[in-house]
Amino acid sequence: MSLTLINVLFAVVAAIGFAALNAAYLVWCERKGAGFFQRRPGPTENGPWGLLQPPVDGIKLMTKQLIIPGGVDKAFFMVAPVLAMFPAIMSFVTIPFSENIVAHNMDIGVLMIFAFASMGSMSLLLAGWGSRNKYSLMSSVRAVSQSIAYEIPMLITVITVVMITGSMDLKVIVEDQTAGFWQWNVFALLKSPLMPVSFLIFFICSLAETNRAPFDLGEAESELVAGFHTEYSSMGFGLFFMGEYANIVIGACLTTILFLGGWGCPFGLLPGVWWFLLKVYLLIFTFIWIRWTFPRTTIYGLLNLSWKILIPISLFNLLLTAGLLKVF
Amino acid sequence: MSAPIQLRSDETFTLNVGPQHPATHGVLRVKMEMDGEYIYKAETVLGYIHRMHEKMGENRTYAQFLPNLGRLDYLSAMAYNHGYVLAVERACGIEVPERAEYIRVLTVELNRISSHLVWFGAFIMDLGGFTPLMYAFDDREAILDILEGVTGARLTYCYHRFGGVYNDIDDDFIEGTKAFIPRMRKALKVYENLVTKNIILMKRLKEIGPVSAEMCRRYGATGPVARGSGINYDVRKNEPYSVYNEFDYDIPVYHECDSYARYMVRMDEMEQSLRIIEQALAKLPEGPIMPAKKPKIIKPPVGDYYQAVEAARGSFGIRIVSNGDKNAYRMKLRSPTYSNMHLFDEACRGMLIADALAFMGSLDLVIPEMDR
Repeated sequence: MSLTLINVLFAVVAAIGFAALNAAYLVWCERKGAGFFQRRPGPTENGPWGLLQPPVDGIKLMTKQLIIPGGVDKAFFMVAPVLAMFPAIMSFVTIPFSENIVAHNMDIGVLMIFAFASMGSMSLLLAGWGSRNKYSLMSSVRAVSQSIAYEIPMLITVITVVMITGSMDLKVIVEDQTAGFWQWNVFALLKSPLMPVSFLIFFICSLAETNRAPFDLGEAESELVAGFHTEYSSMGFGLFFMGEYANIVIGACLTTILFLGGWGCPFGLLPGVWWFLLKVYLLIFTFIWIRWTFPRTTIYGLLNLSWKILIPISLFNLLLTAGLLKVF
Repeated sequence: MSAPIQLRSDETFTLNVGPQHPATHGVLRVKMEMDGEYIYKAETVLGYIHRMHEKMGENRTYAQFLPNLGRLDYLSAMAYNHGYVLAVERACGIEVPERAEYIRVLTVELNRISSHLVWFGAFIMDLGGFTPLMYAFDDREAILDILEGVTGARLTYCYHRFGGVYNDIDDDFIEGTKAFIPRMRKALKVYENLVTKNIILMKRLKEIGPVSAEMCRRYGATGPVARGSGINYDVRKNEPYSVYNEFDYDIPVYHECDSYARYMVRMDEMEQSLRIIEQALAKLPEGPIMPAKKPKIIKPPVGDYYQAVEAARGSFGIRIVSNGDKNAYRMKLRSPTYSNMHLFDEACRGMLIADALAFMGSLDLVIPEMDR
């Protein structure tokens, strides 16, 4: 076996491990966070502070029967949960955690991550279509229109960042911001005065892309029971669940890399990777905070927000940045 | 928000919401004809939890039927107790000591707040916000503890008796209630700042779920649903019973006719109930809690009797037809949510399903009370 192959295998295993561990323990974080916001303790039974809850949950899910309802489209039904988890894991491969901790750096890293991110909505579509359930179908229709509506402003914002940096390599994008925190793209008012707005748009879009509250219309349980995963049991459901959390980590990583200076630290106290993780988990905490604070929007409210507000603003920002780059 | 659209009846599908569905809060079933996400029509199917309470009222003695009243609307059981004992007292001509009436009003109003708190939490949960439920239940817990101390029950109370109440309130009750009033006022302020003024909530409730005053009249809707449509009708003011005339309180009325108006009515009602409780505690007279002489066996004279009270969800009426026997000849319970529910079909046509279910939440349905 050649050395590169071992490298790749190691990278893939590490990516899977990181994704799975994060997905499992974010569930714990989410439940503890929810408990914190709701003035209750959250999980406490298994292990100290309920820390053994995720493995116990996993065992419970795995020992349950995988029910395939009669009349479902079996191929779609089985493929969908895998498709929910797989793109998230693949995206980890190219994310740089610090100068040298990156599984496999690519010069088109941004493109690759967004290509895989688009596959995520595929899984919702297949799950909804294959389930033979009206609630699931309605949910998947919602999910698809939602991801179309939010990928556009998200990608336009990313193009703005790529234009400023002049590279699609995530590593180069970060290195461009490492001089100091005033160099972070979110504060880079000299490059484009609307950069903080771009950051906000990107953050809102990543909330919507990961189907998180207040944009969790795909699984709006007061309307659509459980949305696209209504018919899933056992690890079928478990994969959707873990995929959701893996996507949150990806969203937070991307926001950190594109806007918050990646591993760059404001005052070099700790090694870069710790700063990266700190920023990522702060963003994830914000995700959790938002989920347990706001009620859900409606599908038309969500589409209006994207098409009437976010897309025009991000387009304007793109033109402005392009103009400024041309002039200066 | 939802623009008027032309619905085409030939391209619809049936969506079965319930009897097991998170939004119906019980075993209500709504058969929805849908055109995409728009509702073409919605047929309410009742009867999944029908327990023949009215028939039970006819083959039991009056005293034996008393515990059933706590099982109709389990969230505001006290008002139903109150309505029934008032109806029987009216039929038999039993005099109630003043202290007992004050205690009844105290418990009913406390129960009204706890009922509205459950609605508040569950309604926001229908809209996808989970956290307010926990806060509301925390405050409700205080009420349940207070009422448990004096009635022995936490949910299905059977506290009122013909002629008075089961036992006298103690110092714990009075102290607990006095401590609860400022706590609840503070909590209401928190709810207002965190929930009522939330922009997503406003967008989801304002101008959604129009229920006109005319519609309320046709369907017989009462309570917060009618008061959110500009109808100033509250049994406590319009057909005064018990000692409600002796308190100074307002009936919140909103004219917007939308879900937000109904929401605001209930939030304001909690404050008004606190005012009543405050005054009742201050004015609470000394004296017996049961009349000195009271018939051993309740046998109302031949006749037809009706008594309405303002329960948390609207006007609850009891009609007793007596032929002089120890059982009622006919017992008719008029439950408010039964009437309130039926305007859902007419009002939700052309609405998106998300809005319709938010609208259903704003009607505050308790299914066991609807089916009886």
